[in-house]
Amino acid sequence: MRRIEPAAVLGVMSREVANFRTFWRSTTFSSLMEPMIYLLAFGLGLGTTLVSTVDGVDYVEFVGTGMVATAVVFSSALPAMFGTFVKHRFQRTYDAILAAPVDVEELVSGEMLWIGLRSGIFGTFPLLITIGFGLDPAPAMLLVPFFCFVTALAFAGFGIAVAGSVAKIDQFNYVTTLVITPMFLLAGTFFPIEGLPEWAQVLSQFNPLHQLVVLVRSASFGFDAYDPLRLAGLVVLAFAMWRLAIDRLRRRLID
Amino acid sequence: MAAIELQGVVKTFGPIRAVDGLDLNVPEGVCLGLLGPNGAGKSTTMRLLTGQAIADEGSLRVLGYELPRQSKDARARMGVVPQLDNLDIDVTVEENLKVFARLYRVADIGAAVDRALALARLTDRRHDAVDELSGGMRRRLLVARGLVHDPQLVLLDEPTVGLDPQIRAEIWTLIEDLRAEGTTILMSTHYIEEAERLADEVALMAKGRVIARGRPNDLIAEHAGRRTAEYYAPPERRAEVRAAAEAAGLPVRSAGPAVVIVGCERAPDGLVPDDAITRPSSLEDVFVELTGEELE
Repeated sequence: MRRIEPAAVLGVMSREVANFRTFWRSTTFSSLMEPMIYLLAFGLGLGTTLVSTVDGVDYVEFVGTGMVATAVVFSSALPAMFGTFVKHRFQRTYDAILAAPVDVEELVSGEMLWIGLRSGIFGTFPLLITIGFGLDPAPAMLLVPFFCFVTALAFAGFGIAVAGSVAKIDQFNYVTTLVITPMFLLAGTFFPIEGLPEWAQVLSQFNPLHQLVVLVRSASFGFDAYDPLRLAGLVVLAFAMWRLAIDRLRRRLID
Repeated sequence: MAAIELQGVVKTFGPIRAVDGLDLNVPEGVCLGLLGPNGAGKSTTMRLLTGQAIADEGSLRVLGYELPRQSKDARARMGVVPQLDNLDIDVTVEENLKVFARLYRVADIGAAVDRALALARLTDRRHDAVDELSGGMRRRLLVARGLVHDPQLVLLDEPTVGLDPQIRAEIWTLIEDLRAEGTTILMSTHYIEEAERLADEVALMAKGRVIARGRPNDLIAEHAGRRTAEYYAPPERRAEVRAAAEAAGLPVRSAGPAVVIVGCERAPDGLVPDDAITRPSSLEDVFVELTGEELE
C-alpha cells in the first residue's frame, strides 16, 4: 500500500465541501422531509391501521429507527456512483486532481471520507425526527452517527467501485435494481426480517443495511452481545470496499 | 539539468502505438511547442508526464524525478493546463483556486490565490461563480489554476483549441508573460501560428514520435525554404506546373484547387507562373513535407 498524505485527502475533501456549499440547502431539505413523509405514511398510516407495535416497540419508532439505514444508503451509494461517474467522465474533475500531487488512493479516500461524514450527519435525521414523533432519547444514540459513518464508508466505496466498473451511466440501473433496492427492502426497516422465509433471513444477515438497522435499534432500545460483531463486520466491509474502489478507479483513471 | 527527459518512450493502447519510441528533451527556461495533428501522440505524452498514463517502455524524468515512481514529487512542481475546461462551475473563482492551492500544498493560500487572480485579471470577479464568467475568463482561470503554486514547469495541452481569436490572443498574452519570467513550458498544439509565435523551439510530432525539432525559422529554412507558391488554375494547367516543379526537384503537393510549390525561390525562372500567390513558408509546409499529412 502506498503512503497516503492527509494534506492530499483534505484537499480532495475541501473541493467537495466547496461544491456542497452551493447545494446544501436542497440536500438538507430532502434529507429532513423524506423521513418525515415516510414516517407519516408508514409509521402513522400503517401504525394506526394495521400494525401498532413490533416486538413491543411502537411501529412509528420501529420504522423511524430503521429509516436511518435508508438515509445512509441513499446519501452514500447513489452520490458515490453518480458523482464519481460524472466527475470522471463528464466534468473531467479527476484529470485535474490527479495532475496535482494526489494519487488515486488519496482521491478515493477523500471522496469516501466526505461521503461518510455527510451521511453520518444526514443519517441521524430520521432518528431526530422520530424523537419528535415520540421516541425516547437515549445516551447510546450518540453512537448512531458513527454507525452511519462506517456504513456510509462501505457504501461510498461500493458506489465508487461501481462507477469505476461500468461503461455507461445507465448501467447503474442494474445496480440499483439488483443490489440497492433489495438491500433497502430486506434491511428490516419496515417489517421484522423474522417474518421472511428462512433463506431470506440468512441473506439478510449479510446485508450491511440490516446490520445498521439492528445497531441503530440497539442504540435506541438496548444493545445485545452480537452488536460489537456487527460493527466489526461493517468496519471490515468498509475497508474491503475502500481497497476495491481504489483498484477499480485506478484502472479507469490511469492508462 | 533538463526539465523533461524522455528516452525511447512507448505507450500502446491495444494495437495502437500512441507514443512510439519518443525521445524528447526540454531544457529549463525553454518554451517547447509540441506540434502535430490529432492522433500524433501529444495528449498521451502529456498524460505520461502527469503520471496519468504509464509507459510500456522507455525512461521518463521530469524535473529530475523518475516517472512513474516519483511522479507525485514531479507533479508538485509542475502546473497543468488541460485542453478541456474542468473547473467547478457552481463554485466561486476564488474557491476554485483555493482548492487547488490546497491540493498543491501551498503554504500561504491567500497570497497564492491573490497572485493567480491578478495573473488571470480576475481579481474583481473573485466572488463570482465560474458559471457567470465569459469563455475567455474561464480559460484564463484555467491557466491561473495551473499556476497557483508557482510551478517550475508548465504543461499546456492545446491551450487555445476551440477558442475564438480574441480569447486566443488573451491566452497567448498570458503564456508570453510566463515565458518572459523564464518558466519552462511544454505546449502541445496543432495551431501553426501558436507554435510559431510562442515557442522558442518546436518539435514536430507524427505517429507517436518527434520527426523534426528546432527553432521555427530554422526548421522552415531547412525543410521549406523561404517562400511557398500556391497556384490556382484548371486541373490540366496545375498538372503541367506540378510536373515542371517535380522535374526541377522542388517539393510540391496538391492543396484543394491549388498546387503548392515549397521553397519556390529556388525554382528556375519561369517555372512559377506569374499569377501564382507566393507567401512565406510556414511550419505547416515543413510538416507536410516531412509527413505528407496536413496539420489541421
